[in-house]
Amino acid sequence: MSERRDLEVIAELVPPGSRVLDLGCGDGELLAHLSARRGCTGYGVEIADANVPRCVQRGVQVIQLNLEEGLALFGDRSFDVVLQLDTLQHLRNTERMLQETARVGRIGIVSFPNFAHWPNRVAVSRGRMPVTKTLPYQWYDTPNIRVGTFADFEMLARRDGLRILDAFGLHDGRPVRRWPNLRASVAVFKFERGEMARTS
Amino acid sequence: MQSVGVVSPQSRHFEHPLPLRSGATLADYTLVYETYGELNGDASNAVLVCHALNASHHVAGRYDDAAASEGWWDNLVGPGKPLDTDRFFVIGVNNLGSCFGSTGPMQTNPATGTPYGAAFPVVTVEDWVDAQARLIDALGIRRLAAVIGGSLGGMQALAWTLRHPQRVRHCIAVASAPNLSAQNIAFNEVARRAITTDPDFHGGHFYDHGVVPARGLRVARMIGHITYLSDDSMEAKFGRELRNGGLGYTTQDIEFQIESYLRYQGDKFSEYFDANTYLLITRALDYFDPAAAYGGNLSAAFAPARDNQFLIVSFTTDWRFAPARSREIVKALVDNRIAVSYAEIDAPHGHDAFLLDDARYHTLLRAYFDRLAAEAPA
Repeated sequence: MSERRDLEVIAELVPPGSRVLDLGCGDGELLAHLSARRGCTGYGVEIADANVPRCVQRGVQVIQLNLEEGLALFGDRSFDVVLQLDTLQHLRNTERMLQETARVGRIGIVSFPNFAHWPNRVAVSRGRMPVTKTLPYQWYDTPNIRVGTFADFEMLARRDGLRILDAFGLHDGRPVRRWPNLRASVAVFKFERGEMARTS
Repeated sequence: MQSVGVVSPQSRHFEHPLPLRSGATLADYTLVYETYGELNGDASNAVLVCHALNASHHVAGRYDDAAASEGWWDNLVGPGKPLDTDRFFVIGVNNLGSCFGSTGPMQTNPATGTPYGAAFPVVTVEDWVDAQARLIDALGIRRLAAVIGGSLGGMQALAWTLRHPQRVRHCIAVASAPNLSAQNIAFNEVARRAITTDPDFHGGHFYDHGVVPARGLRVARMIGHITYLSDDSMEAKFGRELRNGGLGYTTQDIEFQIESYLRYQGDKFSEYFDANTYLLITRALDYFDPAAAYGGNLSAAFAPARDNQFLIVSFTTDWRFAPARSREIVKALVDNRIAVSYAEIDAPHGHDAFLLDDARYHTLLRAYFDRLAAEAPA
């Protein structure tokens, strides 16, 4: 798996010294990396019981919350960066979560499986839902309740007044900047609230 | 798992008057305490354990001469346990106003030569913490590695970071709340009225009459006990089980096992707990409200704790101090950018879960103390 390299590519997007909120922080690996390598501080949010002590053990501040209940705990623009990696696709209220991300952080960084990656297209063209390294689940037993594409996210970001600062794909731990909607298994977006949203 | 073994309480007398929040002063007082493990050379491994309503300084181990005398948090504190006495010097202290040895209503008021009784001054969580700080001084500890408590003990742990933030590094508050809700106060008031309306209460001076308001204490304990358990755990333990297998068509005898259980708990409690102490401690609970001095702004109240680190823990089935109350604390800490971790343990036991050894709960505390032991004291 290329998760470690994915993590390093995404960590590069976070300015050193940032105050970070990592939504769906898992066992805290990225926050620990950001703290050790880039002098970042902040909190992780995680729902899974087993992950909470793992975060604590490595000194990552973790808050156990269900993201479906929103981010009422966090004030407007209280973080430099809000990360939402490999999490958005598990949430029922995807759009609201994205708006919350933009409210709480100055910069949002999201990543999610790109359903338009070509092997997925091939699978669907053969009449079957894809089962791949990035989308390893059968359709009837998947935590990914929202499937979207790189191109879909660009549309949603526009609709919600988010200004995209950077966007690229990831595949096998390498950034994919040419035709990411076709060539990347994972989509990565870095964005901020657009002017319209900021004044409203 | 090993125990700290046989322990014995110690006591220390304090001659300096203790100013209380009420404006009254305790001229001098005694605190009873126990310690487990060894204080290290630079006195940086001390952990203070604060007790809740009906517990004491006897946190871990057992007494030589008494059967079933295990400390109330023996499953947590001991060699190799989550709060590991091979690494930490653990202190349990009995609070002022209690009935387990520290100065309280059962003891002689030096000013009158008779027991304090109802004349014992009303003490608050903050007063307790100030008294605890003097014990910490006396033990030669400048800064605690951590202060930990559940329920009312958690309130004391929080109060440490507000009153003496430089004297403690970590605060662990389990199944606690930033103040009592109206419902919480209502339950306390029912308990207090049960005691104060008992004909044997005598306005709190029952010692003079050679009686104790046992009926009131029993009912107080029964109502309290209901709030410590979850609906589910009570259902699982008792359900509608009958004591004698069939209905007896009686309104006054015990029919259901839950009645039998509550009466048993009440009886046991009334034999060892002091009525005036019960009134004092429930009042301390009612009064605790650090946000009150800041117009209800809990975030403002926690500003002094900016250098402390917190672990806040709640239990999903705790309806007495529900997870939402712990989340209020977490929000106040996050607003101040204070280091905090928060866990919501999915345990079925209700408020009492903080005393039990649920695996997820203890794994978390073990991880937290492991981390704490590994970090260099500032």
